[in-house]
Formats: sequence, structure tokens, C-alpha cells
Amino acid sequence: MAVFHVINRTTGDRFRCDEGQSVLKAMELVGKKCVPVGCRGGGCGFCKIRVVEGEFRCGKMSKAHCPPEALDKGEVLACRIYPRTDLMIECMPQPAAPLAEQTKTKP
Amino acid sequence: MKKGVMRPGHVQIRVLDIEEAVKHYTDLMGLIETDRDEQGRVYLKAWTEVDKFSVVLVEADEPGCDFMGFKVVDEAALVQLEKDLVAYGLDVEQIPEGELKDCGRRVRFTVPSGHAFELYADKLYTGKWGVTEVNPEAWPRGLSGMKAVRFDHCLFYGPELAAVYDIFVNVLGFHLAEQVLDPEGTRIAQFLTVSMKEHDIAFIHHEEKGKFHHASFYLETWEDVLRAADLISMTDTSIDIGPTRHGLTHGKTIYFFDPSGNRNEVFCGGDYTYPDHKPVTWQAEQLGKAIFYHDRQLNERFLTVLT
Ligand code: FES
Ligand SMILES: [Fe+2]
Repeated sequence: MAVFHVINRTTGDRFRCDEGQSVLKAMELVGKKCVPVGCRGGGCGFCKIRVVEGEFRCGKMSKAHCPPEALDKGEVLACRIYPRTDLMIECMPQPAAPLAEQTKTKP
Repeated sequence: MKKGVMRPGHVQIRVLDIEEAVKHYTDLMGLIETDRDEQGRVYLKAWTEVDKFSVVLVEADEPGCDFMGFKVVDEAALVQLEKDLVAYGLDVEQIPEGELKDCGRRVRFTVPSGHAFELYADKLYTGKWGVTEVNPEAWPRGLSGMKAVRFDHCLFYGPELAAVYDIFVNVLGFHLAEQVLDPEGTRIAQFLTVSMKEHDIAFIHHEEKGKFHHASFYLETWEDVLRAADLISMTDTSIDIGPTRHGLTHGKTIYFFDPSGNRNEVFCGGDYTYPDHKPVTWQAEQLGKAIFYHDRQLNERFLTVLT
């Protein structure tokens, strides 16, 4: 079984990822936190990253978070990509508002 | 005041892969597949439910919840509620009988939080699964996984909670059982019921419309919740948090995700309410404890991971 390496160039983290394992799962297994972990099912968009180098296979991802245009730019969900080579990834800005804003009701 | 809405009846959940989802909701959660239709939708129920289905899974590009349906006492109540919704100023859509298999006509409307709801009076009565109607045994053998007892409630995230409250309380006859108020007295969470349960439906304020937080299923005991947690580990299912207790409702709970990222809950216990009970209030400053009574702090996922 092949083993690949994933480097997050935003944070400098590096971790191994076995063939068939998602990037997010591999990261969680080694206890790193350089990509936010949400549903782990391609549904919530929380784990969105950009792949800047390397080949990977995609599982099913929500079109709301990963439309074809995003896919073309390498913007994918870390819980639904499976490396075929070593990968260089980078973090995406979190679209979610901070906690305080989330809970405020408009007057 | 009661207007004839009786109970939660069904929820239609969008999934990315139908077979993976069916396996999750049946093998792991213990729902029973009761039918499929030409659109490829799969119908499921929990064993104590008397009608044919309570969960409908539909394959889609984007997970989430299409609608939640409430059963009303009879056709006369449905006619009246429909008039009341129209008089309130909501657009109602008629969904003909049989659009969901073995379900009567449904009246669909969307509330200002962006969520679609339905009312209906009829659905095929198939009785509790695996037990006889007369002299029933305590429970059926042959249930899988968590052996979910019933579909219990949903939690939705969206804006305009005050308008949603108005519709649910003043038009549909729900009762506010629990709430979270911010320091200015604005309600940022509302737990609404037509029963003695602390919630048949709940809303938490969120800027984006129409988001789905979870669908919840009832279990009998804390031991069952622990067993659910064991099964989540055994199947390497994506866990969110738990087993723990909520401050709101005081239910004992575990959150996890279906294979498309929709959040599920199984829970037991929880407080009860009657229409003469004042709403239980939590302060927004105590939101961490209100949601996760033991950790006393929110995990970021609770507020942001939605479908
Ligand atoms: S963690 Fe939800 S989409 Fe990846
Ligand atoms: Fe819940």
C-alpha cells in the first residue's frame, strides 16, 4: 500500500496519508489540527482547502461547497479527497462569521 | 392554544449517496426501510411509529433537509390551518395525495427562516413494527444497531426567529417550552412543542437561511445512548460530541453525522412541559452550558457545521 505525504504550506504541518485515506482523516489520526474538522462527510464545507500540487481522487462532495468552478481551482473538501501522489495544500479563509456574530439576532 | 397540529410526522433528508445513507439509517441507527418510489426516494420508520414512514431519504448534489412535516388531527383541521396560514400571508403549496407514497395531501409553506414545512392529515397506518396490535410484546426482535425508538424532532438554523415564533405559536398552536435570550432580551434560540416533549422543533438564530442542524431520534435510556456511542466507534462513524447532557431540555445525547454530513442525534430523557408552564430560559452568556451541560463550552462545530 502506498503512503503519501501531505504538506500544509499555510501552517507548515506535514503528515502521512495512506492510500485510500482521506486527507482530513489522515490529519486527525496524527493529532494535527491544521484543517478544521466538521462533518467528515463532504456536506458542511468546513474542511475546505486548496490543493496547490499533486494528484488526488475525489469522493462525493456537496455542490454548495464544492461547485465545479471551485474544483477547477483545486478548492476541495479535505474529508473527501484521497491522494494519489504527495500533496501540497493550503488553508482557505473561513467564510463562517465568528461565534459572537453567529448568535446575534438582527433587531 | 392547540390548533390541531398533533406531532412531527416526517422529514425529507438529502444525501449524496442513497445506498450509503440507507445503510447508515438502517444498520447503524436501526430504522426500518418500508418503501422506495420512482424518484428513488427511500422511506424509513422507527419501530414504535404507527404510520408507514417518518424519514425520507433523497439523493441530491447537496445534503440538507428538504422539509419537515407535521401530522394534524384530521382533514377539517388541515383545511382550517391552511386558511390560517394564507390569512397570515404565507404562500401555501398543495402537494397532492400520493406524491409521497401512501401519504395524503400535504400543505407546504416556507417560513422566514428559510425552512419548508408541511401539514398533512393522512398517512397509511401500518402499526408498530414487529409487534402485534393486541397483547404486544415489549419490543420486537430483529432490530439493528441503535434501535431508534422514534423520530423525535429537528433543529434548524436561520434568521427571523421572531417571525417564525409568530407562525408556530399563533398560527400553528405550538407552545414555547425553552428559549435562549441575549442580554437585550432578543430570543436567539426557541424550542417549540405541541406535546409534553420539550421540543418537537427548535430554531437557533443564524444569518444564513434554511440551514439544517440535526434530525433527532429517541432512545429509552442512558445505557442505550452509551451503546449508540459504542456503535459509532465500531462503525468508524463521524462523531460530533457526546455522550453528554444538554442544559436546554436536560436531555442526554450524542451527536454524529450521516455519510453525507447531515447531523443526527440520538437522545434519552429530558424535561416535560404543559401549556401552563412558563418557558425555561437560558441566558446567551451561558450558551455553552445550555448546549453542552458538562463541557460548559460550545465546540465551534455546533454553531457552524450545518447542511
Ligand atoms: S468536514 Fe464537512 S465537508 Fe469536510
Ligand atoms: Fe436535538
